[in-house]
Amino acid sequence: MTTEDTGRAPHRTLPVTDLSLVVLIGASGSGKSTFARRHFKPTEVISSDFCRGLVADDENDQSASKDAFDVLHYIAGKRLAAGRLTVVDATNVQPEARRQLVRVAREYDVLPIAVVLDLPEEVCLARNADRPDRADMPRHVIQRHRRELRRSLRGLEREGFRKVHILRTEEEVDRAEVVLERRYNDLRHLTGPFDVIGDIHGCRSELDTLLGKLGYVDGVHPEGRTAVFVGDLVDRGPDSPGVLRRVMSMVADGNALCVPGNHENKLGRYLKGRKVQLTHGLAETVEQLEREDAKDPEFRKRVAEFIDGLVSHYVLDDGRLVVCHAGLPEKYHGRTSGRVRSHALYGETTGETDEFGLPVRYPWAEDYRGRAAVVYGHTPVPNTSWINNTICLDTGAVFGGRMTALRWPERELVDVPAEQVWYEPVKPLSTEAPGGREGRPLDLDDVQGRRIVETRHMGRLAVREENAAAALEVMSRFAVDPRLLPYLPPTMAPTATSQEEGYLEHPAEAFGEYRAAGVAKVVCEEKHMGSRAVALVCKDAAAARERFGTGGDGGSGPTGALYTRTGRPFLDDSALTETVLGRLRAAVTAAGLWEEWDTDWVLLDAELMPWSLKAGGLLRSQYAAVGAASGAVFPAATGALAAAAARGVDVGALVDRQRDRAEDAAAFTEAYRRYCWSTEGLDGVRLAPFQILAVRGRSLASVPHDEQLAWLDRLVEHDPSGLLQVTRRLVVDTADEASVRAGVDWWLEMTGRGGEGMVVKPLGALVRDGKGRLVQPGIKVRGREYLRIIYGPEYTRPDNLDRLRGRFLGHKRSLALREYALGLEALDRLADGEPLWRVHEAVFAVLALESEPVDPRL
Amino acid sequence: MFLTISTTGTPERPATDLGFLLHKHPERAQAFSTSHGTAHVFYPEASAEQCTAALLLEVDPIALVRKGKGKGRGGAPDAALAQYVNDRPYAASSLLSVAMSTVFKSALSGACKAMPERAAAPMELRIEVPALPARGGAELVRKLFGPLGWTRVEAEAVPLDVKFPEWGDSRYVRLVLEGELRLADALRQLYVLLPVLDDAKHYWVAPDEVDKLLRAGEGWLAEHPEHKLITSRYLARRWGLTRQAMERLELVRLAEADDLDVESVDNAVDEGSDTEERPVPLAVRRRDAILAALTAAGAGRVLDLGCGQGQLVQALLKDPRFTEIVGLDVSMRALTIASRRLKLDRMGERQAARVTLRQGSLTYTDKRLKGYDAAVLSEVIEHLDPERLPALEFAVFGSARPRTVLVTTPNVEYNVRWESLPAGHTRHGDHRFEWTRAEFRAWADAVAARHGYGVEYVPVGPDDPEVGPPTQMATFSLSTATTDETEKEAKAA
Repeated sequence: MTTEDTGRAPHRTLPVTDLSLVVLIGASGSGKSTFARRHFKPTEVISSDFCRGLVADDENDQSASKDAFDVLHYIAGKRLAAGRLTVVDATNVQPEARRQLVRVAREYDVLPIAVVLDLPEEVCLARNADRPDRADMPRHVIQRHRRELRRSLRGLEREGFRKVHILRTEEEVDRAEVVLERRYNDLRHLTGPFDVIGDIHGCRSELDTLLGKLGYVDGVHPEGRTAVFVGDLVDRGPDSPGVLRRVMSMVADGNALCVPGNHENKLGRYLKGRKVQLTHGLAETVEQLEREDAKDPEFRKRVAEFIDGLVSHYVLDDGRLVVCHAGLPEKYHGRTSGRVRSHALYGETTGETDEFGLPVRYPWAEDYRGRAAVVYGHTPVPNTSWINNTICLDTGAVFGGRMTALRWPERELVDVPAEQVWYEPVKPLSTEAPGGREGRPLDLDDVQGRRIVETRHMGRLAVREENAAAALEVMSRFAVDPRLLPYLPPTMAPTATSQEEGYLEHPAEAFGEYRAAGVAKVVCEEKHMGSRAVALVCKDAAAARERFGTGGDGGSGPTGALYTRTGRPFLDDSALTETVLGRLRAAVTAAGLWEEWDTDWVLLDAELMPWSLKAGGLLRSQYAAVGAASGAVFPAATGALAAAAARGVDVGALVDRQRDRAEDAAAFTEAYRRYCWSTEGLDGVRLAPFQILAVRGRSLASVPHDEQLAWLDRLVEHDPSGLLQVTRRLVVDTADEASVRAGVDWWLEMTGRGGEGMVVKPLGALVRDGKGRLVQPGIKVRGREYLRIIYGPEYTRPDNLDRLRGRFLGHKRSLALREYALGLEALDRLADGEPLWRVHEAVFAVLALESEPVDPRL
Repeated sequence: MFLTISTTGTPERPATDLGFLLHKHPERAQAFSTSHGTAHVFYPEASAEQCTAALLLEVDPIALVRKGKGKGRGGAPDAALAQYVNDRPYAASSLLSVAMSTVFKSALSGACKAMPERAAAPMELRIEVPALPARGGAELVRKLFGPLGWTRVEAEAVPLDVKFPEWGDSRYVRLVLEGELRLADALRQLYVLLPVLDDAKHYWVAPDEVDKLLRAGEGWLAEHPEHKLITSRYLARRWGLTRQAMERLELVRLAEADDLDVESVDNAVDEGSDTEERPVPLAVRRRDAILAALTAAGAGRVLDLGCGQGQLVQALLKDPRFTEIVGLDVSMRALTIASRRLKLDRMGERQAARVTLRQGSLTYTDKRLKGYDAAVLSEVIEHLDPERLPALEFAVFGSARPRTVLVTTPNVEYNVRWESLPAGHTRHGDHRFEWTRAEFRAWADAVAARHGYGVEYVPVGPDDPEVGPPTQMATFSLSTATTDETEKEAKAA
């Protein structure tokens, strides 16, 4: 729309779309910079002079123009990609310069807008004369600029500028006012609630039934809900005019929004008299419209206007919801360009065709990583399912399937069956949503490099690049299928170092720490010396397939997973894993917990014993080796010393020292032996669950530990196989001296008998201190003998202990909290049904943090 | 850490002369401070007939670990020192060698002012080391000491834990040597062979170590049938030690977090075999087969997915027809070695522009892998658990979709032809499976069908009439039907 004012309007308004590339056009001295300063924020304006200065230290160095414009286009691109209005302050009088800018605008799918300052030569000359750096600019330069400008004026729209504003006099420039306009697709201010309705294809009767089921009475919802149609209202079905009438009146009354489908688009072209093929059900519509002509001759025209006015997609509910016909990648949300419209209407194809001769659609939803939910239709599927926060609502009503609606923000699906097969499909409905589930891996961009993970409980947590690299190797080469790996357990900090004689760790500090944090009740749980195991148990293979998408067709496939703290399969033998899962499943069933939790899967955290089962290699190469070497050397050494002493040689305190060392070494061997025993198959294997992490739709990480333990006791009680082992516990009141003493005694007694130690946890599980910070979810207090395995046989000698007390816990504690927050995040994302990549992101981050350098003895 | 040296004598040549030769008085217990603890020398027996000197090194375990840590954990020369709990205070290692060189300095050099003729002459010796770590076991101990003039070399394996006999023997042996040797020779042998058997050093191996070895090995090393092994172990694969250790750090931590040996995680690079199994020609033949197939397919831009140490990338670089070569591996360590092999940092600009090495994973899709002519997965799929193969399949055939895909994998049927391979063992510790020809074809045929590729099979190596070739290769080509359609589609659009 060229606006050329001839009269003397008091105010000239220049509409500018709020996300666009504004290109100022004018000769040197025409006042572009002044204009830009007056109407736009300084940061919105990029001037070619400034860019020349950046690359050449001289704003007027014309030899630097090429590089300067490279920089200008680069900056403009960055701003537009981020969705920021951008103004280019350069003469832009040459078509080539403008062509490049239009290309930049198209690349970022924003509108290019031209503002032309076509001021008289004398004005330009006078302005330049006032500027010391331009005072000697020859007149012919300005003349050339103006010549080129005038030649360009007519063609600006053809060049691609969607709005062209031309100002001819100083007065016009002074009176001009830039007014920002919202994009047509930007309806973020509308918050609904909405009912998004899938493809209709002339199924009038089903539409009425569906609207009725959704609660609409005569096109109006008594609770003020808004219907949103994803397009493809027409073609193929029995009553396209009826559907159009209904939708058009709802839209006109403000009770509905509608985006166009490819079928509306084609119908629109037909109605405009363009030559289109009457295929894919358009013939039926045309015929129905012809019948309509007699009753309502104006109807055709109203339909044409309606279709003409449709906006290809909408961004709704504060940016949380995007509705369009064929789906839309995130970078196109709220953008305006031909290809955005085309994608919204038709989607993207791979260029291949399938065996039915139909184009193969590019599975854009698999790549989708946006935070906004994208609701669309277009591709008929037998069942709707969320993929990466996108959902296709076309359930093939016209082909005898169903008509489906999505309630927003409730995310509830409502559907009605088709009354009959109205139209035979060319090919059977694909069995899955676009892309399908099988073998759909995560993308490397979801995990690689430095990352920031947003967590609910601890804000933004960083993962360093080198840690992500290490985690990538372990995750790729050793971990179980990420779909079955919804959680990794956090590391746990030990208690503050004890000053108690003979002890490096003692419960007093742990109780004291929680008391100081304002935690009144803690639970002490026996620490089982085994290996950490996380178990995902589904009711059956079908449930695993349904929720986690694993396994092949039919009932085959795993019924869950049993994995270690770095995500490796715990047992090499998958049949044995299934046996463990089977026993857990039987216990859950017998305890009636499926019903109580209303779930068909459960994720639990446990310790699997014996330690030697998984750590056998380490035990033999490291711990047993120390025992073997010391066992071989000491008898010889002490024997030789005794012989020397017997001969009367003064060997001093050396004999005693060697004897003590021999005893320490023997104690070390005893310490590790307690956690080793032989197993055969599952004989001798025990599993001690200590927390139910999540069930369908719920993270249970914040359920208090007494409730947790009650569930777990029931599980153990209902396990006839002897696999499950109970976790002994004691609740301690941190403010009550007697209770604290009882806790200490309990620990002393347990570790005195060779126990590994205990973990002290706030009874309330997920707890914050007075300042609102997360407190440690657990603190381990390890037994004196057990710590020999960690700190070496001789660590208890007083001078050794003194040196070891200098240990630094800060990093370990910080790591424990960060991993805890990431673990909680993974569980919350899992519970909320977020896409796999979101869950995996948090899980991967836990693994990455585990590779941070920290004293492994802590 | 303990060893004894005994000798026998007669009233004319009393055994207690040992005290003169060692420069340590038999009636006194003496203590010497060394950098890692106190060395004690005393004599449990000292008569004219029988004299035994004992060397006991008391190590401070906490200080030992701290010293290791000071150099950067994992950067410490001896991997055992990186472990907080280790056998170093007990097992006879380079620590004991160093203590010997300090305490018995003169004896080692063969100098003895009091009785030079005795020092220069062989004598009846019995040496006992109760806990000698021996990587290579008793057999290697006998191989190393056997040719050195001892009449008796006894190496008795120490069990790992008597309570768990199923764990078998430890890597320690009780060593007893008997024979008539010069004392200095015996000490020098021990000085060299203790750390060699341990296969580790507690200190950085500097260039002067070569001189030390030559000095201590004078007169016996050069003719020793195992001198190659002794030299290489003594000098402890010095090159790049620091860098390797630093790269391993992160993986070490992940292994520890899961109570695993680091070797069980960090095994992408097989240093022992340089990823070229013996006989070497098979690896060469495999590369030749791959190069031939790539050339036949007319591929210019090639992905080496799972490039390992970069041998194939190196071969591809030599042929200018390959204009762009991307080596991808999930192991940063493998990539570093590959980069060193290719001398990437010193490569000319034009040559360097042809090659990229980067970390990536085939269980994730990767946009940067799209649009290549060919992808090679040479000995890669068998390193993935079978459950993860669908992810790899999608990443390569579904997402990256190069025109040509070459996949090689061992043919397990051929394993019976490997003499050195025990029955039922895979060819590499990290192989998750090895397929028969039928299994490989079943997989490849299904993959090809699912993703619109045609597939052909090529034997690599001698094609045994009974068990087939050692390596099987599948050449996948994107079906022409599909590409035709693509062109049609492109024209229509």
